[in-house]
Amino acid sequence: MKTNRKRVNGVSRRSFLKGAAAAGGAALGGGAVTGFPTVWAQNLKDVTILQVGPAYSVFQDIANQAAKDLGFKIEIQNAWTDALMTRVINQPETVDIADLEFWAMQKVWPSGKLQNIDTKKIASWDKIEPIFREGKYSNGNAVSSQGTLPFEVLYVDSPDAKGFAGKRTEMATCSPTIYNADTLGIRPDLIGRKIENWSELLNPEFKGKASILNVPQIGIMDAAMAIESRGDIKYGDKGNMTKEEIDKTIEILMAAKKDGQFRAFWSTFDESVNFMTAGEVVIQSMWSPAVTAVRTRGVACSYQPLKEGYRGWGVGMALASHLDGLKRDAAYEYLNWYLSGWQGAFIAKQGYYNMVQDTTKAALSKEEWDYWYEGKPASVEIKDPFGNLMEKPGAVRDGGSYAERTGNFACWNTVMDEDKYLVQRWNEFVAS
Amino acid sequence: MPRASLTPYLQVAPLALIMVLFVAVPLAVLVTLSFWLSDGISLTPAFSFDNYKLVLSSAITWKLLFATLKFAAITWFFTLLIGFTCSYFLVFHVRNLKLQIALFLLCTIPFWTSNVIRMISWVPFLGKEGLFNQMLQSLGMIDQPLEFLLFSDFAVILTYVHLFTLFMMVPIFNSMAKINPSVIEAAVDAGASHFMVLKDIIIPLTRTGIALGSIFVVTLVMGDFFVIRVMSGGQSANIASAMKNNIDQLYYPDAAAMAVFLIIAVLLPIVAILRIVDVRAELAR
Repeated sequence: MKTNRKRVNGVSRRSFLKGAAAAGGAALGGGAVTGFPTVWAQNLKDVTILQVGPAYSVFQDIANQAAKDLGFKIEIQNAWTDALMTRVINQPETVDIADLEFWAMQKVWPSGKLQNIDTKKIASWDKIEPIFREGKYSNGNAVSSQGTLPFEVLYVDSPDAKGFAGKRTEMATCSPTIYNADTLGIRPDLIGRKIENWSELLNPEFKGKASILNVPQIGIMDAAMAIESRGDIKYGDKGNMTKEEIDKTIEILMAAKKDGQFRAFWSTFDESVNFMTAGEVVIQSMWSPAVTAVRTRGVACSYQPLKEGYRGWGVGMALASHLDGLKRDAAYEYLNWYLSGWQGAFIAKQGYYNMVQDTTKAALSKEEWDYWYEGKPASVEIKDPFGNLMEKPGAVRDGGSYAERTGNFACWNTVMDEDKYLVQRWNEFVAS
Repeated sequence: MPRASLTPYLQVAPLALIMVLFVAVPLAVLVTLSFWLSDGISLTPAFSFDNYKLVLSSAITWKLLFATLKFAAITWFFTLLIGFTCSYFLVFHVRNLKLQIALFLLCTIPFWTSNVIRMISWVPFLGKEGLFNQMLQSLGMIDQPLEFLLFSDFAVILTYVHLFTLFMMVPIFNSMAKINPSVIEAAVDAGASHFMVLKDIIIPLTRTGIALGSIFVVTLVMGDFFVIRVMSGGQSANIASAMKNNIDQLYYPDAAAMAVFLIIAVLLPIVAILRIVDVRAELAR
């Protein structure tokens, strides 16, 4: 513990990391500040950190770059959030760092299998997007708390607290990394008119050409956005419906299904891409990288901003409770590295946002920044994270600038209190 | 003497061990789990009938059972029709043994690729902008693409029939090939019509094959959760796919209770088949 404190006090994390990026070996040298240079350096090389998380967040490319910059090994495994949750709870020793969505934190933190993060050790904590850090937009306005507002599950009062603080403390459940604003994807070429509201998902005009995703918790939120927009139901909290609200929502969905509104429901990322690309579906729930994938195939597809706002989500890296000593130090290095720019630039190119803007800005080229964050027309060819051509010069990002896209969260991915009932009713809807 | 009496036990030991390890133990775990409780994240050991109550009392389970049986019955009918006809042609109309073997191998060619590939390949063929719809449109037979071709029960059954017909055909072919041709000749000499030969000789003598094939097809269809999800575009469900949904949402005990229910539901038609045909006796023949 003593060494930890000394290291943190002694080195400016960001400048240290910048140096580290220049040469892997320099990262080891950075330890010199702690006063234990050789021991630190030699042992660090032997440390291996295992990071587990969903495929849209945990990438081999990112781990490779971090290992190069930091000087220790980082292994990754992909697991979807639900599988990851069980793993952290039932076999916590098989995970060092878990990339958990905030709604999952709601279920995982009370199990006591994670340790809190000392926010003082995250150098750019105060630069983290205020929506997450403070629960407010940068202009001070409150963010919608329908669903799991990340801020509400980000802080705890004590390391072994079962509940969340709901206010800022120096103990965090995770170190926030990436987030995005989800909306509907459309085929503008096949629709041929403006789409401005969520209600269009249920518009009979798109009979047999609409789709929603077959994940009960998220599918019902998209449905609720559409139903509320159409004016059928005014929800108390879309993110935590009562049984009656679930019943009404499912009834409306069943009626729509009976009328042939839905062409299909998708369960996997590539299904959503294929439905769109093949023209089976012209309007559906979608994820940003899926829109990117449709476009790289040369098919027009836009991630349509809608008046009612976006469904937000975010991911944070959580430390398993078994981490200590050198391994924990290394894990903190990695958490800091994540917010230091390279990862932000990588993830920005699939349409997501890193929690810290400054470092991402520094790591992106001016042209890329203008395209992804400023919403300006591309002045050069825009490439995806893997270097494939995505947009020709002149293209504009859907939803416009960062401020426009993230200024209007209507609700957040979540688990409801009536989750079990929801899953049961959803099964019924699918089978109807 | 004691050594001699030990021999048969040693002989069955390997199979018994495999059966215990890979069938009995998992089944026991499954049944145990079905009595546990879950809050969607952690499991609590218990002995509760809540999961069964939920499964059996919900109308959706029975609806899903009906759907499962419907898919099984329709698929069974078509695989039997096609499997029997193909076998009949191969055994009684193709006289040349080499040609017979060649044609039979031809039937297995689709099996050189995986199930998933064979299933997915229907998607671009049947889609709205798929080959089949484009062909019909260019021939002027339809104005609007036929939507029922894909993401529908039709697509699900078509795929099942495509995937599983061979499982019906092989056992039937096998039984048919064992029929002594002189029996048929004798019947024809005695004045039997084609239809009588089929009804009174061929079908009774191939019933083992039909029974085995039926067991394959029925269990495959009733246990499937993947074909139905992809080919119906997630719009149809059966018991196994509802189970999969529960597993995805971490409600393992509910899924386990449903699994026990499904096992019983699958055993019923199989017991019925085995009561009609004594497969063991027929195979030993």
